[in-house]
Amino acid sequence: MMTNYGNRMTQGQFSFLPDMTDEQITMQIKYALDNKWAVNIEYTDDPHPRNTYWEMYGMPMFDMTDPAGILMEINECRKTFANCYIRVMASDATRGTESVKMSYIVNRPSNEPGYNLVREERTGRTQGYTILPYACDKPEGERS
Amino acid sequence: MTEENETPKIILPDDTPVDLQKELRLSNVQEVLDELDKELIGLKPVKTRIRETAALLLVDRVRNKMNLTAASPTLHMSFTGNPGTGKTTVALRMAEILHRLEYVRTGQLVTVTRDDLVGQYIGHTAPKTKEVIKKAMGGVLFIDEAYYLYKPENERDYGAESIEILLQVMENNRDDLVVVLAGYKDKMDTFFHSNPGMRSRVAHHIDFPDYSPDELLMIAKLMLADQNYRLSDDAAEALLEYTKRRMKMIHFANARSIRNALDRARLRQANRLFNSTSKSVKKIDLMTIEAEDILASRVFEEGTLDMDGDEGADIKPQEPIVDS
Repeated sequence: MMTNYGNRMTQGQFSFLPDMTDEQITMQIKYALDNKWAVNIEYTDDPHPRNTYWEMYGMPMFDMTDPAGILMEINECRKTFANCYIRVMASDATRGTESVKMSYIVNRPSNEPGYNLVREERTGRTQGYTILPYACDKPEGERS
Repeated sequence: MTEENETPKIILPDDTPVDLQKELRLSNVQEVLDELDKELIGLKPVKTRIRETAALLLVDRVRNKMNLTAASPTLHMSFTGNPGTGKTTVALRMAEILHRLEYVRTGQLVTVTRDDLVGQYIGHTAPKTKEVIKKAMGGVLFIDEAYYLYKPENERDYGAESIEILLQVMENNRDDLVVVLAGYKDKMDTFFHSNPGMRSRVAHHIDFPDYSPDELLMIAKLMLADQNYRLSDDAAEALLEYTKRRMKMIHFANARSIRNALDRARLRQANRLFNSTSKSVKKIDLMTIEAEDILASRVFEEGTLDMDGDEGADIKPQEPIVDS
């Protein structure tokens, strides 16, 4: 992957940029709160691009007014799941569903081994492709 | 102002002029302080302390501009005083003043009691307390009846866990959160005595004195003016007498008792107008509370209270009166 140095997982916003500092994260949270979106924190150890539903850390945070509380929660999550991917999501409820408006990664494992591209020979000389994250070689819970 | 154009590296000479008055105008804090003077009757020591705090924060701000950095002051407070002395009202004002002085980011006040902080079973308390703290971040967390957090007679009580988390946050997130503890004087003294960590982290202990009858009358007039009522001269006198009698009885809750008395006076006034034989009720009659509306109170009749008549109707003995 030429455009993606170091096998970094790229999902959500800002994922091609260098990791955000806490100040930058605070400003992003503030933007979400100013729009009255509910913010929640999720984590996973499976970087497959189709893995969209991550584990939620704690409760979704409604009725918040200040980013400091959410940043505190993010730091708690980083402490607990230091070697996992952690993302912050903001959901908008104005249309009657909590639809995701923002999603960005705030924590990565120290080592991201990347993906294995598997080519599958099918009938009629067609070829199927699939990718497998090397991180998923081990069973869940033993990956970090 | 000159110092605004300076880069942080430059050390200003010691005789650089400082315009504190301008700073005061810019912060709009004077408005809040004036409002406080106007709307809060009495409470001298409280006002003095708020004024001092505001001055300290203002001077700190100017000092910062002069590159005289100091650690931001600890502003955790404890409000002690009898029921109805205005602890919650002042806490609300405090949030606003601190917001104007840019000490807290939002001017919000989150009011909680033991129930909001302490859980029902093992492992329930920490998330519950943290949830509340998260919500209060950037503003003021007001813990009403704080002494309930600690129950010395039950060592397995989860309140201690909540206090531990609070202490941690009060120390580590000093810039994010101001904690105000409120409660009755004697009980708060015991609370602080058994939690020395809490005592040392709360820098400001403010005691709310009881009101005098005259002050209570002024408060009554303010309350009524808010609702477009007024007292006739006789009624004012009657209310003063009422207050003096009421103060001697049990469960006297200062301004709150007066508010309850006024609510009942309004009931009687409405009834009086309804039953009056004269057809012509004028606008002024709708606004005025007469002496008879107040003199009909049971406080005058027997000098005692019952559960269903006057004061304390909804207050059980031994139960604390919850601040509103």
